[in-house]
Amino acid sequence: MPLLDARDVHGGYGGMNILNGVDMAIEADEIGVIVGPNGAGKSTMLKAVFGLLRVSQGEILLRGEPIHNLPPNRLVQKGMGFVPQEYNVFPSLSVKENLQMGAYLKPGNVKRMLSRVYEFFPPLKDKRHQPAGELSGGQRQMVAMGRALMAEPEVLLLDEPTAGLSPRYMNEIFERVKEVNAAGVGILMVEQNAKQALAIADKGFVLAAGQNRFTDTGAALLADPDVAKSFLGG
Amino acid sequence: MNELVFFINNVVIAGSVAGSIYAIGAVGVTLIFSIMRFAHFAHGDMMTFGAFMVLLLTTLFPQAGAALGVPTPLIMLPLAMALTALLAVGIDRTFYKPLRAHGVKPIVMVIASLGVTLMLQGLIRLFAGTGGESLYVDDRKEIFRIPLPIEGVRVPVVITEPQLYLFALTLMSVVALHFFLSRSRLGKAMRAMSDNPDLARASGINTNTIVAVTWVLAGGLAAIAGTLLSLDVTFKPDLSFFLLLPIFAAAIVGGVGHPYGAIAGGFVVGFAETLAVFNWGILLRPFRDSLPEWLSLPGNLAFVGTEYKIVVPFFILVAILVWRPTGIFKGKVI
Repeated sequence: MPLLDARDVHGGYGGMNILNGVDMAIEADEIGVIVGPNGAGKSTMLKAVFGLLRVSQGEILLRGEPIHNLPPNRLVQKGMGFVPQEYNVFPSLSVKENLQMGAYLKPGNVKRMLSRVYEFFPPLKDKRHQPAGELSGGQRQMVAMGRALMAEPEVLLLDEPTAGLSPRYMNEIFERVKEVNAAGVGILMVEQNAKQALAIADKGFVLAAGQNRFTDTGAALLADPDVAKSFLGG
Repeated sequence: MNELVFFINNVVIAGSVAGSIYAIGAVGVTLIFSIMRFAHFAHGDMMTFGAFMVLLLTTLFPQAGAALGVPTPLIMLPLAMALTALLAVGIDRTFYKPLRAHGVKPIVMVIASLGVTLMLQGLIRLFAGTGGESLYVDDRKEIFRIPLPIEGVRVPVVITEPQLYLFALTLMSVVALHFFLSRSRLGKAMRAMSDNPDLARASGINTNTIVAVTWVLAGGLAAIAGTLLSLDVTFKPDLSFFLLLPIFAAAIVGGVGHPYGAIAGGFVVGFAETLAVFNWGILLRPFRDSLPEWLSLPGNLAFVGTEYKIVVPFFILVAILVWRPTGIFKGKVI
């Protein structure tokens, strides 16, 4: 049974449909990457999975259990973590407090998970007393991912984790994503840096106009000349 | 030296009293703004309501304090705080929550809170009448006159019993609030929600709980501030009109949404008021004889007359909004 299974998902904002039947499935140990042109519905799909958008048709299953249209706090309890693209930290809270908020529903976890998150992201340990708003973009992204990891999710949704980062930080974040995945967390992420992202992807989903255009393994999509021509800039 | 004691009595003590009350009131306003993003105009009346509850309970059981050796109103304060917190949560459920659910603009909430102001004030008037009432129903208000052990000083430092309680309670509230916001799980969640409500929700924080906790805190603090003010002067149903402006000025001076800023802002406004109406001529009086003849000392050297005291917070408010709209502590802009 797939960890996360979205079938024929339709949805949008205020009557305007953005998703017109998206299918997407990842296994527990996989990294799934959603790529596609602007306005294809990539982030919208991620929001639909996390209950931030009404799914009008189709279904989303987490370990076989329907979860579409559940409120986000219920999804956190069920083992889902979400890192938004922007405004993904609490700027006036310290790094440590940001991480503590991630484990808000599991206060027993805080101590154990804090040391694990510091292992994943060593720079955060030194900066734990600094307000998250004062950190650089890359470190802020680490705080954001760390916050989501604090609740020990089975699946982590990342919305463009490398947007606006320098190439150095971009590679670092991709490395971390691989490590987190190797530690047993399924990943579903939206990425603009399609080539690098597909290179670490087990599954790739190329969306266009709210529908799957291509669905395959990351390596197969990278090798596909059609995908390369239309979506990866040649 | 007598002049200095006069300064202590009229500025240091009076300014701290006003500052404490404004600070506790402004913290409530700022907390509500940081969580719900609207200016809660009914806050002054929540303060009056708290004081009214104390008055009611003290009138019902005037002897309660004698057994413990403290003024009865003070015994009744915790109960009044709980009742005011309940009122605050009730008002939110009845009036503000449905509006929030509709996703109205903040200005609609502000107007709604103005309506709540008039309702609360009418309600209190209905039961308490329009006149002033002393909260000291059966107790005696102690006035301490502390003579200074300095030769030639005839004027004592004067401080009243409610003022001492006021300082103690202000200090306790501020320290308790600090530990709540910086150490407790709920307090941190409140700050998180103030920073970024969407992310708070995505972290699994139940924002409805945080809203309720905010009202409990704001209501409890309002009851403290209202009671302390009524103890120091007298209880009046229209106290809020004299409180609302200084409290909002304090919250804005400190930086809206910033609890520590609100405390600082409260004292800034409190001292600004007392300094503005203080007769500075008194401090110059010892040098009267050494002044040149063409510079005779006028009788009153205050910046503004006492009757214009209410103008001072207005002036501060406008000045801050023009020159530094984010306040001293860089809060959110209203």
